[in-house]
Amino acid sequence: MSKLSPDELLHLSKLSALRFSEAELRAFGADLEAVLGYVELLEQAPTEGVEPTSLPIPFPTPLRDDEPAEPLPAEEAVANAPERSGTAFAVPKVIDEG
Amino acid sequence: MVADPMPTLRELAASLEAGERSSLELVEQSLTRARECESLAAFLSLREDGAREEARAADRRRAAGERRSPLDGIPIAIKDNITKRGETAGCASRILEGYRSPFDATALARLEAAGCIVVGRTNMDEFAMGSSTENSAYGPSRNPWDPERAPGGSSGGSAVAVAAGVVPVALGSDTGGSIRQPASFTGIVGMKPTYGRVSRLGLVAFASSLDQIGPFARTARDCAWVLDAMSGNDPGDSTSLPDPPTRSTDALTDALEMGDLDGLRIGLPSEYFELEGAAPGVIERVREAVAELEAAGARTVPVSLPNSRFAVACYYLVATAEASSNLARFDGARYGRRAAGAADVGEMIERSRSEGFGAEVKRRILLGTFVLSAGYYDAYYKKAQQVRTLLRDDFGRAFEECDVIAAPTSPETAFRFGEKADPLALYLSDVYTVSANLTGTPAVSVPCGLSEGLPVGLQLIGPARGDETILRVADAYQQRTSHHEARPPLAGAGA
Amino acid sequence: MKPTHPDYEVVIGLEVHCQLRVRTKLFTPAPVTYGAEPNTATLPVCLGLPGALPVLNGPAVELAVRAGLATHCTIQPRSIFARKNYFYPDLPKGYQISQFEEPLATGGYVDVPMEGEEEPLRVRLTRIHMEEDAGKSVHEAGLSETHVDLNRAGVPLIEIVSEPDIRSPEAATAYLRTLREIVRYIDASDADMEKGHFRCDVNVSLRPHGSSELGTRTELKNLNSFRFVEAAIRLEIDRQAKVLSEGGTIEQVTLGYDADRGRTFLMRGKEDSDDYRYFPDPDLVPLVLSEERIAEIRAALPELPEQKRARFTEEYGLPGDACAILTEKRGLADFFERAAAAAGDDAKPAAQTTANWMLRDVLAVLREDDVEVQDGHLEPEGLGALIRMVEEGRVTARSARSLLPELIREGGDPERLVQERGLESVSDEGALEALVAQAIEANPKAVASYAEGDKKSLNFLMGQVMKASQGKADPGAVRKLLAAKLES
Ligand SMILES: [Mg+2]
Ligand SMILES: [Zn+2]
Repeated sequence: MSKLSPDELLHLSKLSALRFSEAELRAFGADLEAVLGYVELLEQAPTEGVEPTSLPIPFPTPLRDDEPAEPLPAEEAVANAPERSGTAFAVPKVIDEG
Repeated sequence: MVADPMPTLRELAASLEAGERSSLELVEQSLTRARECESLAAFLSLREDGAREEARAADRRRAAGERRSPLDGIPIAIKDNITKRGETAGCASRILEGYRSPFDATALARLEAAGCIVVGRTNMDEFAMGSSTENSAYGPSRNPWDPERAPGGSSGGSAVAVAAGVVPVALGSDTGGSIRQPASFTGIVGMKPTYGRVSRLGLVAFASSLDQIGPFARTARDCAWVLDAMSGNDPGDSTSLPDPPTRSTDALTDALEMGDLDGLRIGLPSEYFELEGAAPGVIERVREAVAELEAAGARTVPVSLPNSRFAVACYYLVATAEASSNLARFDGARYGRRAAGAADVGEMIERSRSEGFGAEVKRRILLGTFVLSAGYYDAYYKKAQQVRTLLRDDFGRAFEECDVIAAPTSPETAFRFGEKADPLALYLSDVYTVSANLTGTPAVSVPCGLSEGLPVGLQLIGPARGDETILRVADAYQQRTSHHEARPPLAGAGA
Repeated sequence: MKPTHPDYEVVIGLEVHCQLRVRTKLFTPAPVTYGAEPNTATLPVCLGLPGALPVLNGPAVELAVRAGLATHCTIQPRSIFARKNYFYPDLPKGYQISQFEEPLATGGYVDVPMEGEEEPLRVRLTRIHMEEDAGKSVHEAGLSETHVDLNRAGVPLIEIVSEPDIRSPEAATAYLRTLREIVRYIDASDADMEKGHFRCDVNVSLRPHGSSELGTRTELKNLNSFRFVEAAIRLEIDRQAKVLSEGGTIEQVTLGYDADRGRTFLMRGKEDSDDYRYFPDPDLVPLVLSEERIAEIRAALPELPEQKRARFTEEYGLPGDACAILTEKRGLADFFERAAAAAGDDAKPAAQTTANWMLRDVLAVLREDDVEVQDGHLEPEGLGALIRMVEEGRVTARSARSLLPELIREGGDPERLVQERGLESVSDEGALEALVAQAIEANPKAVASYAEGDKKSLNFLMGQVMKASQGKADPGAVRKLLAAKLES
């Protein structure tokens, strides 16, 4: 499996919505490569034709009735908001990437 | 200073029933003990006034003959990733500073309905990512057996709270061993129930398909009691087993009447006992414990888990993939920490996360993002999910041969702080615990003696829904041994 | 059909987001609202709070299955909810729960009636999957802040994805109309476009006529009216044709449509769908539907518009456009059939007469008032009774027509109204003869020109008699009498 290029690492941090200094990125990159090096072990696992498992135990499909519950009072819904405007959450403006 | 201030849950409940002690006395004792042990940093916050008030109410109920359950008035502690209405749920992370939850975790709500009183929130590795509590944003908890050593993690604070005698019972969460390993390191019992036994609603998710809330206590019997009170189907959690609550306490009572483990088959996986790097002292204690179980009537059978050497790799891919997505909600937009002065929302999100998360959380988010990303998904994530199937099949086959599997909980005893600076080395120490999470099976760690003065844990793993079985075996073991009565040298030393 | 562009074949595929008609959100029982104050309809799941967990809305699944069945899809016995990961302030969990690799329904089609074409256009469907809506970000002009309202977060949607089978902007809107009619018919959605219940993304590409390779496509996002769909597609066809004819290449971009300025604008560059890191949501279990359950839902499905159209043609001998109008809405179609049953004993002629009344008279009033027929006061049996009276000559068409607006707006028993207003037609021979004699006497010129062979004069005289009777004379009887008098 592969070594991570600086570009890949940068892309990865972008997808993770994390910012790093160059030194941090190098350090995290090294840690990541160590772990990825270790998980190469999985190449030896006999997984040919094996179904993937996402949940350890099979569950019946739980379905809910369409009965509305009392919503949170708006004050409570936005009580934790770092900033708000009325009962809306306020965030710095959205810039659409063009 | 009292050497052993906190008896077992069973003893406390009996003294409440007998009117020998009041709930307020128990809560005061907990709070006092918590302050005495402050240097162990088991707690992130204490609910002094709230707990006292609830204790008085519990005492009034008892006086009026209206107690909610035998657990009414018992002080407990909860890990900082379990929500309680109106209170913080910080997950020992800066990013959740000041956050207050508007709802209760189901497991906690059930214990509170039974009358349990939360005295405090316990320290943990940030977002449950770690095996030592060193990743807490507020500094590590310390092991009462040796404060220079880690109590294990991620539920280290809850383990310390029980081991140091602050509370008879504490809740933790176990994603890859986060209850069992600290229980083992601190010489108490810690149990991870079958996946889906205890509702995850209100447990702040680390890895949804692996997480499970479970109890810490001095005895398996106490764990059974708490498990019975909080398990059972929750329509608010889609991955909640449709079964009724466990009846572990009944199973134990029956077992006690039967008095032995006649006919019980204990599987010994060669892969676990021959593991390179496992401390000889640990293996020795566990073999002695198995011999004790044999003396109680059980017989051992060799079993094989041929794919278990892939378990840790599989675990870190699955857990980090899920975590990278579960932790995406922490963006500073609706709650929690927000970086100041960002010019636009993208910058705000990136900076809030970068300032709010610690290094290990970032490391795992990066890894998880990587394993899910295009071009790598099949080689990593899907591969890991396939290995998960192999592991489940391994355990399925093993449980055709045996009723429980015995193994060490951790390949070593409590390590010194800073000893595992290399993240990978720390990951590898989860070798005995992660399989139960990957396969959903229940597992419990029981103290089985000391090695070089530090506690060793015997792990008992059962088939899915075999919670009662492993607790029954653990209980039988504790009936015949007194390792759980050993107290850390610090327990009475004050601080 | 003549090509949309002289040099290029236009290839269009659509993705329609359609809001399901349920009361609560897809994964939590928070109410579905419209126009409420910000964040008054949320629960922890909608806010993405730590520890919140999703539980699937059962009736929403049923509606999605209905939509799949009504569009000839195969309903998958097992489908998977996956997480689509990206950061946006109105996406509270940092991922949208959608279906990706294993959707609920696959491989259907919609037959779209096309104006002036014998055969409908068959648009194949790739898939229909369930997903949750995002919240709303309001960027107020001049403000450095964006306001986020999560009332809409988690509202249940289906996304209906078509194959690139559409070749013109008109066909695109015809397809959308047909699709909207279907989801409304089966009560899966109100599909109210103004409320955003029915929004679409359009993929457009061009290729030289005769080529079978697909050109690079661009995506027009979030178009919420049929007019905008057509306008935006036209703009995009022109833009792409210009680029191509100048030797340029099309870039795979996402475009928005600015309705006020009537132009498209660049929203995003090459969208890297690879970056969404889809994976099965570990908080949810696979959606498993038994064969019995699917059969149950199928059995409860109402007759669909295309089936109704076919039956109306077959059973009643109605022309195509009449069928199209009468079946457009289920309420109207049901009303029509009940009225026709009351209008006469012989089904075919009764239906045809009723159709005429509906198309000519009833719909005009309804349209004027902007109400649906089932919401008005007119009872279908009442309309049928009135038509029957006309057919039996007990009331003239003209009198009946004069009563209709009142019946539609205020209701009432037509039989009684006719009596109260003295609108029964005059068919009494004596009275009619007097009126006819009067008309002949008063209009000698018309009588003379009739005698000279101008047969239209008869109509003029008819008119005079009817007028004198205040419209109550039985026109058949009057015509007979007049003709007899004039011939004699
Ligand atoms: Mg789409
Ligand atoms: Zn969509």
